[in-house]
Amino acid sequence: MFNYNEYLRNEKLPHIWCPGCGDGTVLKAIIRAIHNLQIRKDDLVMVSGIGCSSRTPGYVDFNTLHTTHGRALAFATGVKHAKPGLKVLVVSGDGDATAIGGNHFIHAARRNIDITMILYNNYIYGMTGGQASPTTPTGSFASTAPYGNIDPNFDICALAQAAGASFVARGTAYHAPQLDRLIEKAILNRGFSLVEVMLQCPIAYGRRNRFKTANDMLKWQKEHAVSVDAAAKMTAEELEGKFLTGVLFQKERPEFTAQYEHMIERLNPHSEE
Amino acid sequence: MEPKKNALFVQGNHACFLGAVRAGCQFFAGYPITPSTEIAELCASEFPKMGGRFIQMEDEIAAMGAVIGASLTGLKSMTATSGPGFSLKQENIGFAIMAEVPCVIVDVQRGGPSTGLPTQSSQSDVLQARWGTHGDHEIIALAPSTIPEIYTATIRCFNLAERYRTPVILLLDEIVGHMREVLVEPPADSIEIWNRTRPTCSPAEYLPYRHTESGIPEMADFGSGYRYHVTGLCHDETGFPTNDPKKIDRHVRRLISKIGRHRDEIIEYSTRAIEDADVVLVSYGSSARSAKRALDDARAAGLKVGLFKPMTIWPFPEEALRLLANRVRNFIVCETNMGQMKLEVERIVGGKAAVHLVNTLNGEPITPQSIVDRIREVM
Ligand SMILES: Cc1ncc(C[n+]2csc(CCOP(=O)(O)OP(=O)(O)O)c2C)c(N)n1
Ligand code: SF4
Repeated sequence: MFNYNEYLRNEKLPHIWCPGCGDGTVLKAIIRAIHNLQIRKDDLVMVSGIGCSSRTPGYVDFNTLHTTHGRALAFATGVKHAKPGLKVLVVSGDGDATAIGGNHFIHAARRNIDITMILYNNYIYGMTGGQASPTTPTGSFASTAPYGNIDPNFDICALAQAAGASFVARGTAYHAPQLDRLIEKAILNRGFSLVEVMLQCPIAYGRRNRFKTANDMLKWQKEHAVSVDAAAKMTAEELEGKFLTGVLFQKERPEFTAQYEHMIERLNPHSEE
Repeated sequence: MEPKKNALFVQGNHACFLGAVRAGCQFFAGYPITPSTEIAELCASEFPKMGGRFIQMEDEIAAMGAVIGASLTGLKSMTATSGPGFSLKQENIGFAIMAEVPCVIVDVQRGGPSTGLPTQSSQSDVLQARWGTHGDHEIIALAPSTIPEIYTATIRCFNLAERYRTPVILLLDEIVGHMREVLVEPPADSIEIWNRTRPTCSPAEYLPYRHTESGIPEMADFGSGYRYHVTGLCHDETGFPTNDPKKIDRHVRRLISKIGRHRDEIIEYSTRAIEDADVVLVSYGSSARSAKRALDDARAAGLKVGLFKPMTIWPFPEEALRLLANRVRNFIVCETNMGQMKLEVERIVGGKAAVHLVNTLNGEPITPQSIVDRIREVM
């Protein structure tokens, strides 16, 4: 069995997450991916905003930075630009990343700065008790959408791709082994990489939306996720109401800090001597 | 007369940039806003030539975040802005206070509220500099009046930020930011540069928020082998969030007292002709220029007038002013706002002397004549 101890700050456990919460599943997938890639713990900076998901960095033995709500990518951009040799990983919730942090999200993608973002999408504001987020499905219930959400919701992967991200993938908490591979690929991509993880918040979302247990929510993930390969053989009707998983998009693009390095070299032609 | 070697004729914003470079600043993140933009533009053009890093962020909130992130890797970092942008930076300035991340924020003040007077001067961010971010905290803010002063004050802002692990605010205003004066950069070895204290213990022993004797914990660079946690939540010495009331109390008190205990080292002010003065002008930033001229005119007319000019406006040079108030019957605060520093002066003077205000609110500087007129009125 995989030994997580090397990466966990065991003295900080137990974690704050509710029983059945999907956040721990993602945490473990991130650790496995980092282990598989043999990234030195000293070289990795994990940055988060505010939310249940954003508590992840507190439990792992890296350089960790728990910032302000929505701003993780802004801080992470500073870290990466200042010390491009560091691997920078951002973890963020759907509200953190696409509501209050939406502007930073599209601009980090536009710059294609070498940051890997793991976005925990539980379709709700978990930490504050179940208010609607930009990914709460239309018609779903939230404490601030007590009569059903009338807002349309974001397709975060499409948003990232349109904004310029060079790697876009989606996984689920149910398909945990696939998640390791997606996160590994995301980290290996030199540029802005997004892994959106569909996961369950049984407490703030599930209970309001007729999911009796976390298991029901995992089952929902299983039944609604369609891998990109499988989807290629399906009709539009068959895909109705489903979401795609796997690597949705990848394209090489100039990366921000590398471009800056080139500029420095261009301006200081003799600096190498 | 032979022109001085190395004499530059530069804007205040340019002097600020030069001071930052001399202080060792290597990172700038910002968002354009008049009347501060020249600082960003100079960093954009010069930093890459010197191995430094510039980035134009998507807004001021992001710029402040990026500055903090860069500082955590060990680079001296700064941002520059004005009123509306200064408002946006406040949340992350609070983060820098809480997480004790050194950085410098330049606010080249313009008229407000809101978009206000983009191209004209004001000193109406004095209290926002003090209390702009939520929660109990101390802040350090400097308000220079001349181009050479801007240069040295900028260096001092970095020094104070590094020594006390705290954000420091350089409060300029449109007048001093855009006016030009001669600047002679002093020789490098005549300038003291302070750097943050980095840990010397082993990573296993490192406590990033240790209660040291000085009140200022050692700071490790991200990526240097000391892996630790940084959060804006109340935390204990290990840096991790805590709900322990004792630890929270101790932590918040330390954040405040680490500034308070070192007031003597932080505070800088100057005086002019106060020994026999009946009336003392209190002024800073561009307004202090008008006050100086008013003082000279008043003295020439035989009026016993002095000037008290804080360079560090936060923490305010409280003891020095209180001593003066034992003797002086009238203070006139000269500032281009509704009396933001006057409030502080009144608090310190505590009713022992009258405190008057000469101000403008329309973007125009205070005329020396209006100060002289007021001196005659109160005498
Ligand atoms: C500026 C600011 N606004 C609001 C909050 C309150 N707040 C904390 S977490 C949160 C939402 C978290 O939701 P999400 O990002 O989806 O993460 P989750 O908790 O679901 O993992 C909000 C609104 C805050 N901390 N800061
Ligand atoms: S509220 Fe939801 S997201 Fe937060 S810990 Fe509980 S289950 Fe997880």
